[in-house]
Amino acid sequence: MVIQGLAFYLFALMTVASGAMVITARNPVHSVLFLILAFFNSAALFLLMGAEFVAFILIIVYVGAVAVLFLFVVMMLDIDFARLREGFLNYLPIGALVGLILLVELLLVLGAWAILPESELRVTAPAPEAASGLTNTEALGNLIYTEYVYAFQVAGLVLLVAMIGAIVLTLRSRPVRRQRIADQVNRRPEDVLVVRKVDPGEGI
Amino acid sequence: MAFIDRTARSLLLTELLSGMALTFKAMFKPKVTLNYPYEKGPLSPRFRGEHALRRYPNGEERCIACKLCEAICPAQAITIEAEPREDGSRRTTRYDIDMTKCIYCGFCQEACPVDAIVEGPNFEFATETREELYYNKQKLLENGDRWEAQLAANIAADAPYR
Amino acid sequence: MDFWSVYAWPTILIVLSILAIVVPIILSVAYLTLAERKIMGAMQLRQGPMVVGPFGLLQPIADGVKLMAKETIVPSGANRVVFIVAPMLTFFLALVAWAVIPFDDGWVLADINVGILYLFAISSLGVYGIVMAGWASNSRYAFLGGLRSAAQMVSYEVSIGFIIITVLLCVGSLNLSDIVRAQEDLWFFIPLFPMFVIFFVSTVAETNRLPFDLPEGESELAGGFMVEYSAMTYALFFLGEYANMILMSGMTTVLFLGGWLPPFDFAPFTWIPGVVWFALKVAACLFVFIWIRATFPRYRYDQLMRLGWKVFLPLSLLWIVVTAGALIAFDWLPE
Repeated sequence: MVIQGLAFYLFALMTVASGAMVITARNPVHSVLFLILAFFNSAALFLLMGAEFVAFILIIVYVGAVAVLFLFVVMMLDIDFARLREGFLNYLPIGALVGLILLVELLLVLGAWAILPESELRVTAPAPEAASGLTNTEALGNLIYTEYVYAFQVAGLVLLVAMIGAIVLTLRSRPVRRQRIADQVNRRPEDVLVVRKVDPGEGI
Repeated sequence: MAFIDRTARSLLLTELLSGMALTFKAMFKPKVTLNYPYEKGPLSPRFRGEHALRRYPNGEERCIACKLCEAICPAQAITIEAEPREDGSRRTTRYDIDMTKCIYCGFCQEACPVDAIVEGPNFEFATETREELYYNKQKLLENGDRWEAQLAANIAADAPYR
Repeated sequence: MDFWSVYAWPTILIVLSILAIVVPIILSVAYLTLAERKIMGAMQLRQGPMVVGPFGLLQPIADGVKLMAKETIVPSGANRVVFIVAPMLTFFLALVAWAVIPFDDGWVLADINVGILYLFAISSLGVYGIVMAGWASNSRYAFLGGLRSAAQMVSYEVSIGFIIITVLLCVGSLNLSDIVRAQEDLWFFIPLFPMFVIFFVSTVAETNRLPFDLPEGESELAGGFMVEYSAMTYALFFLGEYANMILMSGMTTVLFLGGWLPPFDFAPFTWIPGVVWFALKVAACLFVFIWIRATFPRYRYDQLMRLGWKVFLPLSLLWIVVTAGALIAFDWLPE
């Protein structure tokens, strides 16, 4: 138990610290790298809670795919730090407002748990009994495909629409001659080539 | 039909597999390379490698300081100085070859009337410093003594064609 | 007393078993490099390394000593920390994934429920070492190599994920030992043959091996992300790449070639212990890796992307539907 507690505080501290580094790091690439570290530590926190499926999905989806694309974009940015600082004061009020709203919301959530202890039961799904032999992958599957199947499908549809939208926005038909590999592979000598016997001095 | 044929071919990766079959077969063929420092390929008697100055069987050096090699050398790598020796014969006092200039054309051995300067079968004379490649008379004579058996055999083997 | 039985002994045992896994792997990485040079030599009618030791058998040791004795150069424009961390990360990730691979029935360091997800997660992290190296080197060649690798590995990750799902449909568990046990009657590469081929090609792309070694691309990128690395940092990348090859072969073995199971379940085959079968299958996969490298020329970059997104992805999606349909139609679903 002691070790679990220590591990929890270690990972929690690392998550918060790397989260802070994400917004304070000067170099945007360092920010992304710290973001990845934060993802890792949150995955470790999930593991400590016994939610190994969610932990690994977090790593596969966020660290393995999303953050790579982040890094991909950020690495190619050419950022002028002096210009970046210029607008800082203008955006400060809006930024502060958003931060404040988030803080209030968090306080409300935590406060609700403190005031009404039974609200916790309402917002959390019952965890499967460890003794029932159900792994949490199965437990999650059972919930998603029975109770929340419509919500799950709608989420999938939203993602699909977003994907199609991204493709539509970036797809341009440029007047470029495209390579059609199938045509090239299917080209046979007899279709395009004629061998003729030409007598010397005659021409064709 | 042709379409089905082509699709089947590309899905079954027949072309890739035939390529791989070829390399697999090549694996069991005899090797064409030599295990170099331990095995060496055959050399022609006309092979032009490291230079050597030869001697007559009685130990007298062949070179008579005619300077034909110096004259013909296209890279001007050869430097010769000569004086009469005590017994009155014409001999070189200095015979230098700058091996960094030499292009191994073999003109020197063609020009030599007494078969003194020859290019031997040795090609493994790399050095660590540049200076070691400025050969002097002593070095060239040493080469001649070292390779004499092979040099004589090579000249004998090539003689009928000259 | 309590401290010893609860904390100390388990820790020592775990460390020992980690060593028992890692040391053979590093040794096999060393000899994989020699095997590669020998096999490619044979396929190109050459002899391969012959000088160090009998038949060049000590060559990997000589190479290792040379790389360790050399000077590590960090370019002045490089981002020092990231530059040093990148090769360490690559090597670390290539080794850490072995924790869940079952070498024999019960011979596994951590028999976790979601073993295949762990493996998939670790293999998808491999790209970071390369991207970080490419960025931190502060060199255009390295940077281009890093970008290429990011795009390439993310693309092929997707089809690998779908193929893993197909296998999981036939198994009904994410545990690697269960996946092997499910193949007792029939190894999955027979019913899922197209997926097996796509998976193998994707692993070749995932490990940046020829014909998909675009991140390295020595003919146009002069070594790609590794261009600024020397000595031990370079050696770590090299070890990482080869350890990844072995890992991917292990993954192929577990998913499709029946892990530790003998090919036929009768006498002469069952005498040989499972771990030997596992090693033999991994070695066969590695041979194919090298064989492919000796045979094919490098892909062009846009063709590589086309292959990943327009060929492998639709095919693997289609095969998921077909597999799921067949399993339901014939009532073959695992319980």
